[in-house]
Amino acid sequence: MRKELTCISCPIGCALVAETQADGSVSVTGNQCSRGVEYAHDELVDPKRVVTATCRTNSTRHPRLPVRSREPCPREKIAGVLQRIYGLTAEVPVSQGDLLAELDGVQIVATRTLED
Amino acid sequence: MREIPFDTAVIGGGAAGMAAALEVRARGHRVCIVERDDELGGILLQCIHNGFGLHEFREDLTGPEYAGRAIREVAESEITIFTRTTVSEIASHGGGRELTCYSAENGVVKIASRAIVLAMGCRERNRGNLRIPGSRPAGVFTAGLAQRLINMEGYVPGRDFVIIGSGDIGLIMARRLQWLGCRVHAVIEIMPYPSGLTRNIVQCLNDFSIPLYLNHVVSRIHGSGRVTGVDVTPVPGGVPNPAGEFHIPCDTILLSVGLIPENELSKAAGVEITTETNGPVVDATMMTSAEGIFATGNVLHVHDLVDNVTEESRLTGGFVADYLAGLRPARQIRVRPGSNVRSITPARVDPLRANRLYLRPLIVKNNAALVLSAGGRQIRRIMKSHVQPSEMISVNLRAVDLADLAPDTVLELSIT
Amino acid sequence: MKGTYDVLIIGAGVSGANIARTLSRYALDVALVDKECEVSFGTSKSNSGIIHAAFHHDSRHLKARLEIQGNLMFDRLQKELGFPFRRCGILVVATHNDEMKAIGQLYSRGVENGSIGIEMCSRERMLQLEPKLSPDVLGGLHAPIGGIIEPYRFVFCLVESARKNGVELLTEFKVSAGRLDDGAWSVSAEDGRTISARYVVNAAGLFADEVSRAFDAESFSIRPRKGEYFLLDRSTPACPSKVLFPVPTHNSKGVLVIPTVEGTVLVGPTAQDVEDKTDLSTTAEQLEKIFDYAKRLVPGISQADVITSFAGLRPALPDEDFFIDFSRVVPRLVQVAGIQSPGLTASPAVGEYVKDLLKKAGVAMVEKKDFDPTIDRVPRLREASAWEAEGLIRGDRAYGNIVCRCEKVSEAEVVAAIRKGHTTLDGIKYFTRAGMGRCQGGFCTSRVLTILMRETGLSFDQITKKGKGSAILQGRL
Repeated sequence: MRKELTCISCPIGCALVAETQADGSVSVTGNQCSRGVEYAHDELVDPKRVVTATCRTNSTRHPRLPVRSREPCPREKIAGVLQRIYGLTAEVPVSQGDLLAELDGVQIVATRTLED
Repeated sequence: MREIPFDTAVIGGGAAGMAAALEVRARGHRVCIVERDDELGGILLQCIHNGFGLHEFREDLTGPEYAGRAIREVAESEITIFTRTTVSEIASHGGGRELTCYSAENGVVKIASRAIVLAMGCRERNRGNLRIPGSRPAGVFTAGLAQRLINMEGYVPGRDFVIIGSGDIGLIMARRLQWLGCRVHAVIEIMPYPSGLTRNIVQCLNDFSIPLYLNHVVSRIHGSGRVTGVDVTPVPGGVPNPAGEFHIPCDTILLSVGLIPENELSKAAGVEITTETNGPVVDATMMTSAEGIFATGNVLHVHDLVDNVTEESRLTGGFVADYLAGLRPARQIRVRPGSNVRSITPARVDPLRANRLYLRPLIVKNNAALVLSAGGRQIRRIMKSHVQPSEMISVNLRAVDLADLAPDTVLELSIT
Repeated sequence: MKGTYDVLIIGAGVSGANIARTLSRYALDVALVDKECEVSFGTSKSNSGIIHAAFHHDSRHLKARLEIQGNLMFDRLQKELGFPFRRCGILVVATHNDEMKAIGQLYSRGVENGSIGIEMCSRERMLQLEPKLSPDVLGGLHAPIGGIIEPYRFVFCLVESARKNGVELLTEFKVSAGRLDDGAWSVSAEDGRTISARYVVNAAGLFADEVSRAFDAESFSIRPRKGEYFLLDRSTPACPSKVLFPVPTHNSKGVLVIPTVEGTVLVGPTAQDVEDKTDLSTTAEQLEKIFDYAKRLVPGISQADVITSFAGLRPALPDEDFFIDFSRVVPRLVQVAGIQSPGLTASPAVGEYVKDLLKKAGVAMVEKKDFDPTIDRVPRLREASAWEAEGLIRGDRAYGNIVCRCEKVSEAEVVAAIRKGHTTLDGIKYFTRAGMGRCQGGFCTSRVLTILMRETGLSFDQITKKGKGSAILQGRL
């Protein structure tokens, strides 16, 4: 497997090429530092993203509650996590950091405190 | 009509206003924040994505999480908060200023204050400013408005989108829309390079295979009741090439084409504004040309990272407290943008202390040198691994850099 | 809705609205219909907003006679109805020697038409009257009775007054056919509604030819002529104090620089024949042209000050005059067609003229004892001093909630607009100015949407920009 990507570890944005070798290891070229190697490796083998969205609430003053995955979430799980979020109705009051749901190891937490 | 006295009145309760108010309050003064929205937090409340606080807190926070920190601090302080209150006018009054404000709860409120901090943030550049030809159907939104409608109110403005401008707000919205099940067909950027952060190009466009057309413009909007599509024209080297024009059907257009510091109040109060930043000209203490009126955050110059807004506003708060204590710089030296620099804020430095300057480059370059010079003589050289126009640079000038300079020196910061 | 109306007026633009209000003074059952979802949504909302000073057209033309009569009626109308209007004066600017002859002709025409106070001006007098004029000015014409108006506000006030005095308004009524039925017209709409009226007035603007055909009346062709405009920020240093005209060409009064009553500057219009009556698109080429011409009048005009652009369509007839008369083909149908410039200026006189036509035809005009010429004024926060604002807020808390910060519009005014029947974003915009400022709705739109849904109970997908087919929001999360 081969992937061309732009490193986002620092503003330089090196153009990287990550390639799985016959022995299973990943070779990375185009980087100017070691962070690029780690980034490219992760992107190829186990890409993750922090998922951020909003869910419904039972409040009229604040109809939406912003939420996030507590940690970066594997890309293949994102669609399921989003669906879970859109099905939630958070009840006020809710505090920032409150665990709202968990799906397949991904924790969904509130990112805002709403009194009402 | 109520008149309420303060030492400092901060206009705007977003990241900038809260940071400045907290700092002035920490130094023991009576402070109020006047916020037109329902609650404090400013634009951060609708920026539900992460990427905030990497520098300020060494954490990867969402906008509401970042704002929440300051909101909690402000709630625990003795800062007076006026929400749902809009400042209509800043007038001279006694030795200081008087704000005339409108509020549904309190009627007309007059706030008398020795010092004012302008922290009103920005408005978005819109279709009218760009003079995009075509019809005027429903379905044309600025990206920030769409963001508010989606994230705060829970409405989806459309299904098939084209985004004009590769600014961060548009890129973030591209991802947001895809994650909602909408389709973003293209991002159209007039410049030869994107104006948003690379991180966002990768995670908001590349992740979703959304094409980015650099050197292109939307030359016409179609649709009579609602948007039906856009014509896109290549503009290599800034010259339109009609032969390369193509059409993208869509029902919604988002504009992410820049922010304009919201300085109407400032202008009306006689504050001098510079076209370099569209913000007030400020001295080494972040004071504008109007005595006792300070400016900080996006209203002063458009930032890319809220962490810089907090840092800048904390510094400003400190300068405001100094001003209230009667402390003013003995002298100040002018600084101006040199080659490849678009703007430098503030426009003056105090040679007796360290000064934090924020500048915007005009070029993209790796291993660039930031050069401080005076009268052609190089004073200091700072290496930067990478500079690009979409990323503001902050630099610390030490007192030792500024010692022994003649009072009428004009310092220059260049990038080579 | 009544059985058979005395008069049905088709088209609630500036002509139809004036006719309706004029007729509402008399004991008549009058109905006013419009195909759009709000009144004034045709050419009456996208034009120069000028009250002309009766020197452009000679008195052979009906439009010239109605122009001067109409002009002189505006002070009284403003007193009664309270729409924004200012008699700031008009200047016609000559920058070449050969233009001075044309200026002389305009002057003679103005004198003949009764344009009170019209004067020929030297270069010095022109610059004294308008210091922002280009230094290339050689001389010109000053017509003090010229003025500026917010045309949509004018129409809104007229219709409100007409309705207050008994006129029935039906919107989204697109006339499809008119059939003579036992001494009355039976007029049907595309959606199946019908209205019966003894007399019909066709004031359908761009579509007057199609309405005429629907009645099997005269066959004429309205050819739309597009005019594109720029609107400049109120902070532009290039705002003149008077309306500035160049010397006119044979088919157009030229590209003008117009100070609006509300403090912005309108630059335009162009004049371009188009095919499509719904084509209100603006083009890059025409907009460039506008700036070229405008800078010749006021050099300080800059593209950097542009906050928006728009286009309007003039409903032109081949002979370029107004056609206001009873149909000669079918009975009891008054045609009011070809109302392009100076249609807005002439409109109060058009109202009287049509009333007289109907009176002469035998329609009894018995004055109502209880006719009320005034309408309730909605106080505007931006016009209030701090003390006045305090009073407004005390009377209605919603005056303290600023919805549009660029134009300083309060929630109370938005609510008032909605209660008067403006339930589209554009209608609210034209009534309150929310969304007309420099941020072009970036700040106020979400707030106006919330208020609109709250006040009307409409669901999110029923809120439109300007009627069917222009919904703002597509989904709810």
